[in-house]
Parts: sequence; structure tokens; C-alpha cells
Amino acid sequence: MSWITINLWLIPAVPVAISLGILSLAKSRRKSAAGLAVIGQVIALVLSIAAFLETLQAPGFRAVQNFTWFTFGDTELRIGWVLDPLAAAMLVMIALVGLCIFIFSVGYMADDKNFTRFFAYLSFFSGAMLGVVIANSLLLLFVFWELVGLASYLLIGFWIGRPSAAAAAKKAFITTRIGDMGFFLGILWLYHSSGTLLFYDDGNGCLESAGLAMLGASATFIALLIFCGAIGKSGQFPLHVWLPDAMEGPTPVSALIHAATMVAAGVFLVARVYPLFSFGAIHGVTPSLTVVVWIGVTTALMAALIAIAQADIKRILAYSTVSQLGLMMVSLGVGGVAAGIMHLLAHGFFKALLFLGAGSVIHGCHHEQDIRKMGGLRRLMPVTFLTYAVGMMALSGVPLFFSGGWTKEEILHSTAHWPKSHVPHYLLLAGVVLTALYMTRQIIYVFFGKSRAAFEHAHESPSVMTTPLVVLALCAIVFSVVLTPAWPWLHGYLGGEPAQFDITRLIQPMFFVSLMLVAAGIGIGVLLYHRAGVQDRNRPAETDPLEYMQPGLFRFLENKMWLDELYDRTVIAFAAISARVSDWMDRYVWDGLVRALGSLGQLFGIFTRDVDERGINAGVDETMTGTRGLGRVISSWHSGQIQTYLGVVAIGMLALLLLYAWLV
Amino acid sequence: MTPTLQIFLIVSAALFCVGLLAALSRRHAIFILIGIEMMLAAANLNFIAFWRFSPEPHQPTGVMVAIFSIAIAAAEAAVGLALVISVYRHYRTTNVDQFDQLKG
Repeated sequence: MSWITINLWLIPAVPVAISLGILSLAKSRRKSAAGLAVIGQVIALVLSIAAFLETLQAPGFRAVQNFTWFTFGDTELRIGWVLDPLAAAMLVMIALVGLCIFIFSVGYMADDKNFTRFFAYLSFFSGAMLGVVIANSLLLLFVFWELVGLASYLLIGFWIGRPSAAAAAKKAFITTRIGDMGFFLGILWLYHSSGTLLFYDDGNGCLESAGLAMLGASATFIALLIFCGAIGKSGQFPLHVWLPDAMEGPTPVSALIHAATMVAAGVFLVARVYPLFSFGAIHGVTPSLTVVVWIGVTTALMAALIAIAQADIKRILAYSTVSQLGLMMVSLGVGGVAAGIMHLLAHGFFKALLFLGAGSVIHGCHHEQDIRKMGGLRRLMPVTFLTYAVGMMALSGVPLFFSGGWTKEEILHSTAHWPKSHVPHYLLLAGVVLTALYMTRQIIYVFFGKSRAAFEHAHESPSVMTTPLVVLALCAIVFSVVLTPAWPWLHGYLGGEPAQFDITRLIQPMFFVSLMLVAAGIGIGVLLYHRAGVQDRNRPAETDPLEYMQPGLFRFLENKMWLDELYDRTVIAFAAISARVSDWMDRYVWDGLVRALGSLGQLFGIFTRDVDERGINAGVDETMTGTRGLGRVISSWHSGQIQTYLGVVAIGMLALLLLYAWLV
Repeated sequence: MTPTLQIFLIVSAALFCVGLLAALSRRHAIFILIGIEMMLAAANLNFIAFWRFSPEPHQPTGVMVAIFSIAIAAAEAAVGLALVISVYRHYRTTNVDQFDQLKG
């Protein structure tokens, strides 16, 4: 056991401790707040890299540190942390992306009056997520999981003054809580069946063969319940509705939520408890994994469609995140765990890049978020444009140089070999086209053409904001080195086998397929939108070309397939009605019962009072009057004359004497 | 005439009756006290007489009881006189008819 495996807890503990420290700072200590937060993140990054280097020692490295948290009766509750390639890769990604976002925030939030509070929350968020990654107990993971939820609530609702932000924060919290309910039930069931919540415990953990054997058939249900938590957290259909609304938070928060922390937790969770999902698999297919695949496919395709018709720069990215998360879920479901995690890591970099780029655009355009009002920013914001283009190509899956291309190709590869059905594979191929399409649309609207609204004064962001963009863009490109099929180092690292270099594997059939799909997506996008925002033959400038061609379809997508409205009419209406019914029951039925019982008591009280006053009290009074009268009579016998008394005594004595004489 | 128990008892009873009469009829507190003393004297005479005519007149038990009784009578007389003086100081009279504070 090396130093870092024993002290792995420091990685989440440092940012959390620093967050508490920042909270205790005065509001005016802006520089120290930002400095502390960045230093905390740097420490976390250094420790994460140390942990990462530790895992390089041997393929399939795994170090576990367990201890007893508390004992009740003879039962010990044990928690601990685990260091394995999955955790280490996530740690480095979260800490690195987090650091870039922190630095970016220094510039982005420079004018905010709650600057210190913002950094406290950011640190807390990052620390909580790092905790999720290293937890070796489902319970500990759940604790950090909820802390992540709390931090996201605080940050989405950071601008408390806006009612929409407060509503979005509430929506995010409640929606994820619905999933967490299932997650918690899964934890309870797992504990009931296996008696342990530790993942790895020298062969006795719930993810190891002995623990899994104890679960038997219930593993499927437990896995599905745990997946409920992942659905909520990772914004999978049908609980994805909170994620686009979470755009109400400051843009760095969106970046953090969408790239490194919040939504990654769900995918990570499924990857972490993967043995539960794959237990008893026949040709790599289990009922629970099948559910994961279909949920993922639905999410991926639906979100990609909705993204095409959105006008808010951040909302498009939000739906793209939902879509990409669906893609990762599919990958996990068909057995491509490494591919899914690789896409999660790559996505972390380029999605943070895209969000920060969007933040930079919003900052430059004085907090305008509608892409239809932008345009021509290419020349005004060159650094933002170039880095954004890198992010866009990585997200679209342009092969060869961009990390997203390789991981997407790998996911498509694994779905193609899913024995159960080929439908997910073809749907994902359509999803790839759609992704390229909506990203092309967005980039054309924002950066090309002529400036439409009064944004001639748009300016490039300060270097404190552009530097993280450049770093993340480099990450998005350089990261692809370890992803290529020619040298699938990361795949091997995550899977626990050494990677071989073989240049011949670089170009595979799937490479051409995805190349063609991406080209098709971008081509359609350019064709459709190259004159967007410009007056066309019959089309006004502000009308979207797609809206012009297919108004009904566009409206359907623009309104997010009416899902929010559907939930409003069904789930929320049902909740409102049941609340009203409960209120009525409470007010009239239960309250009436309580009142009836109360008046019964009152009646009894009146009765006892009457008995007391008329019966007992009167009796006592009567006795008293009698006693007093008797006393008056007897006292009148006392003359106060000594000689009368003496005479009575003498007569008494005489009487006694006579009695004596008569008796004897 | 040889003295017999009956003679003593008759004398003692007469003495007691005189004392009782005095205590009941006189109005002056001192006289009432004197009547009480006479009744005590009658009781002492009874003790001595019963002792003298008892089967064992050699041991001085009766005398002892009588002496104790006289001592107690002396103490009682002292207390009684003190009471009378104190009552007199309060009421400026020794006529017991006028002492009626204990009247109910």
C-alpha cells in the first residue's frame, strides 16, 4: 500500500474543506476565495495524477482501503475507498476539467456580487464528485451522490433572484430525487440480500463473485433500481427534463454539471456496479442491460432531435449532453464498458470546452443567449471560435484528430455486435448524423454570416477565460492519441490488459461509416443553414430554415416534444390533485375525527365538572355546614366557668362510683 | 376505742366532701385551691390508712407514696398560687365567676 492509496480520501476532502473555508471568508475577499478554490483544485489534480500513476504499476491494478464506520449491535457498517483504473481515469478528468472551469469562472463571474459563495459551491461540487468516484461502498457513494445533488441545486439556483433559476434548481433536485428513491431502494435490497455494501472486500464485496452468488435472481431488480438513480442523475429519458432547465445556472456551472461532475455520476455508477448488471449474462445480454440499452437509445435519439430546434446556445448543448449520455448508456448496455467510459472522459473535455466557449460567447455578447440574434462572431472572437470549432468537431465525431470521433466509433462498433437486436445500432447511426447536423447549425448561426443584432461591440474574452478554452481544446485533441484502435491504450488500461501498437487496425470499416455519417450531417447542416438568418426568397430572416420547411415538426421539436407539458398535465397534475385531495382529507376527514374526539373529551369534561360542582362539592359543603352547626351547639355548652367544669367532673366521678357499686 | 380502717375512711371521705364542696361553691380562687388541697389530703389519709391496715405494715411503702404525694401537692399549690396571682394581675379580681374567656 502506497501513500496515495491510503490517503486517497484527501482528494475529495481538500476541495470540500476549502469550500468550507471560503464560506467563512468575508464577501469582499474575492481574490482569496478564487485563489483558494483554484489551489484546492490544483491539489486535487496533483493527488489524482499521483493516484493515476499508481494504477499504472500493473494491468488491472486495484487497491482497496476499508474501515469500520460504526457498529450497531454486532453489525459493523464498513465503508472505504477504492483505487482502480476506472476511478483514477475519472479522478484526473474531473480534477483537470474542474480546474479549467474554475479558472474560467474567475473571468466569467468577475462582476457577480456573490463571487466568494460561487467558488465555495464550485469547490464543494467538485469535491463531492471526486468522492463519488473513489467510494468503495454503495452507501458512501450514495452520500457523495446526494452531496453532488445538493451542490447542483445550490449552483443551478445560484442567481436566487431569478424565479426561473429557483424553479430550475427545484426541478433538478426533485427530478433527480425521484430516481434516487429507486437507487436507495436498490441499496436497501442489496444490503438485505448480500449483507454488505462494499464493492470490493477481499472476495466478500457485493461486486465480487461470492457476493454476487448470494444475490441470485434479485441482481436484475437491484441493478434496475440502481439504474433509476443513474437515469435521474444522468438525465436519461424519462427523467431528462431537469437537465436543459439547469441552464439557468451560471455557464461555468453548466459546464461543470454537463462535463465533469453531475451527469457523469450516473454513467460512472452503472460502470462501477457493472458486475451487478452483467451477472448471469448469456452472450453478454441480461434483462437489466437490455433496459439500459433501450433507455439510452431513446434518450440519445430524442435529445438529438430536440437539439435541432432549440434557439438557446446553452440549451442546444444541454440536449447534446443528454444525447451523448444516452450514447454512453447504450455502450454500457451492450457490453462496451470501456468504450462508454472513454466516451465519458472524452465528452468531459469537449463538452466543458463547448460550454465554456458558449460562456465566452455569452460574456462577449453581454448575456445574450439566443443564437438567432448572434452571427459573425468568427472575426470578433477568434480564439473562442477556433476552440469552439474543435469542440464541435469532437462532439460531432469527426474522425482521426478529435477524441470524440474515436470513442464514438468504438461505441458504434460495440453496438453493431450486440446479439439481441441491430435496431439500437442503426438508431445511433442516425443519432450521429443528427449530432453533426445540430452542431453545424449552431456554429453557423453563432459564428458565420453577418452580425444580426447589435453585437458589433462583441469582444473577445480576457485571457483568464480563453486560456482554459485553449487547454481544453488541446486536451480534446491530444486525448485522442490514447483512444485510437491502433494503440488502444485507454481501452486496455480500463479493461486491465496491456495495449499493443498495430497501425493496421487504425482504419476499420466503422471508420468510414462514421466518416460518411458525420460528413452527411455536416453537409446537410451547411446546405440547410448556410443562408440562415438571412432573408431568403419567401422566408423572413428570423425564421429557421427547418421551421420554414416543416413548421409542424419544428414546433414539435422546439417545444421539446411537449414532454414538459405532458408531465405538467399528468405527473404534476396528478401530484397537485393528490395534494389537494390529501389537503381536503386532512382538513375535513382527519381534522373532523380529531375534532370529534376532542369534543367527546370536552363533553366528558363538562359532565365531570357538573358532578364535581353539584355532587361532590355540594356534599362537602353540606357536611361542613352540619359540622359547623354541631360545633356551635357543643361550644354553647362551655360556660367558661371553672366550677361548672369541676362540678361536672365530680358528678361524673360519682356516677362512676355508683356504676362500680352497682356492678360489684 | 381501737382505731379501725372504717373510721379512717369515714374521716377521709368527710374531708374529701368538705374539700369538694369548698372547690365547687366558693367564689374566691384561693379558697378553691384550699378545697383542692383538702381533697388531696383526704387521698393521702386514705393511702396511709390502707397501708397501716395492710397485711405488711412494716415496710414504709404507704408513707413513701404519701410523702411523694405531699411533695407534688406542694408543687401544684405553688403553680396554682402563681396562676392566681397572674390571673389577678390581668383581671384585677380573683372571683372565678368573672373568668369566662373559655366560654364557647
